[in-house]
Amino acid sequence: MSSTAAANTAESAGNRMRYRANRHVKERVIELVLMLSALVAVFTTLGIVYVLVKESLVFFRAVPLWDFLSDSQWTPLFTDAHFGIGVLLSGTLTSSAIALAVAIPLGTVIAVYLSEFASDRVREIWKPVLELLAGVPTIVFGYFALFFVTPLLQRFIPGLPGFNLLSAGLVMGVMIVPYISSISEDAMRAVPMALREGSYAMGATRLQTALRVVVPAAFSGIAAAYILGISRAVGETMIVAVAAGMQPNLTLDPTQPAATITAYIVQVAKGDLPHGSLGYQTIFAAGLTLFMVTLIFNLLGFWLRRRYREVY
Amino acid sequence: MSSKLPKPDLATLPKKAEARDLNFFYGQFQALKNINLPIHDRRVTALIGPSGCGKSTFLRCFNRMHDLYRGNRYEGEIRFHPDNINLLGADIDPIEVRMRLSMVFQKPNPFPKSIYENVAYGLRVRGVKKRSIIDEKVEEALTGAALWNEVKDRLHEQANNLSGGQQQRMCIARALASDPELLLFDEPTSALDPIATASIEDLIHQLKDKVTILIVTHNMQQAARVSDFTAYMYLGDLIEFGWTDDVFFSPTNKQTEDYITGRFG
Repeated sequence: MSSTAAANTAESAGNRMRYRANRHVKERVIELVLMLSALVAVFTTLGIVYVLVKESLVFFRAVPLWDFLSDSQWTPLFTDAHFGIGVLLSGTLTSSAIALAVAIPLGTVIAVYLSEFASDRVREIWKPVLELLAGVPTIVFGYFALFFVTPLLQRFIPGLPGFNLLSAGLVMGVMIVPYISSISEDAMRAVPMALREGSYAMGATRLQTALRVVVPAAFSGIAAAYILGISRAVGETMIVAVAAGMQPNLTLDPTQPAATITAYIVQVAKGDLPHGSLGYQTIFAAGLTLFMVTLIFNLLGFWLRRRYREVY
Repeated sequence: MSSKLPKPDLATLPKKAEARDLNFFYGQFQALKNINLPIHDRRVTALIGPSGCGKSTFLRCFNRMHDLYRGNRYEGEIRFHPDNINLLGADIDPIEVRMRLSMVFQKPNPFPKSIYENVAYGLRVRGVKKRSIIDEKVEEALTGAALWNEVKDRLHEQANNLSGGQQQRMCIARALASDPELLLFDEPTSALDPIATASIEDLIHQLKDKVTILIVTHNMQQAARVSDFTAYMYLGDLIEFGWTDDVFFSPTNKQTEDYITGRFG
């Protein structure tokens, strides 16, 4: 009798064990699903890099890397073809520099204002409005640059061509402002109140507190915002494709029309060139260049974040 | 009376500041009720009482920290001597007030700067530019805060690399560098270990010859060790004020006695 009871107890204990093992399996399955979801992003990135590198290798078999980097002409469609990426890169860098010259000061000032000066009410209204700006499709910005900003600029700069880097860069800067202001503001708001109180208690004004204590304390976050802004500017496509023209032009002069790397890729991908031709292959080499530039800035951002991170 | 030496009459002691009928409100909530309290010149006054009694709120009235937040309201006066101005006056600029009073907070709050720049902060904010003056003041303040010997070879390292106790002494140096007339300590050792606490208490002893000190503390032994006067507060009321040994050894109020002996609070 007692031995049966003991056996029963043992069996039910075994059942409990089995049930638990079963639950363990469920946990495992869920874990696996979660991991696979995360891997989608990783594999997409790896896939992009793979395609870029593979197709670029085809290109670089025909065009020496040195020519690609040093040639001062970009004429892949001409009989006398030249493949100097510097030409496109000059357009990208010029338009990005103009954009950042607008976006970094403006975005930072807005962030300082919203975080340190604005009342809660003002902030509640302004933040969503700014984020709305970030939601405007870039094609809209592109036509805004072409049909509104360029004519406006032409009044002040006589002889400014209809397509030019200046107008595209300026509008691109406005587009990037919300990214910079929003992330910088979050970083500044995360600075503990104790630091601000410490500064005020020393007799500092709001501006002194904001510039001497809050901004340095939030610097890693602000740097991250700048890097994101740079990546957005370098990778921005529609605004420059619409407003800056599509002629490759080796220039750092913002009043000139010029094609950026992205604008060139759009142009070729729209389909004037047969698949597999060397001309078509150029877009992968250009894409890889763009990828490298963005990667360098992201690494720089990563380093800045580590270097200036404040732990509270 | 328990004390052996005759103590000077309170009425004859010079005052650095004095709260008169002070009321304070966080929105609708009244946190201080009709406080009348003298702060004697170059003495240490301790504020004790259970959590929520208003002692920190009271302390933060002196340098107008409450002005930083919306919905706070003062009534009454804090007279500040020798010029007999009302620190809470509507025509008084809180920034000017903070130029003459310094504060040390509960947790060390070093700025994300070097040790040197932390201590120089008050001078920079006041527009001092001359390197030689700043150098001199920084050394003087760090010496005053008993930190100079430990940090003199690494003044330009980040302040965050200091230990907690060193950070707090640096914050005291920062507070001292602008030659304050009144130093406010808001539970300055509550985040520190016993050794660091002892060094801060020693420091308070040394400082009181030069500067008037008002200290909020949760630690009754600390109040007994460092202060000349003690004020006991409860739920926004000032219950008892007097010489520290009188308050501790022969409190006139039953509630003070219960709190001090640990029966309450």
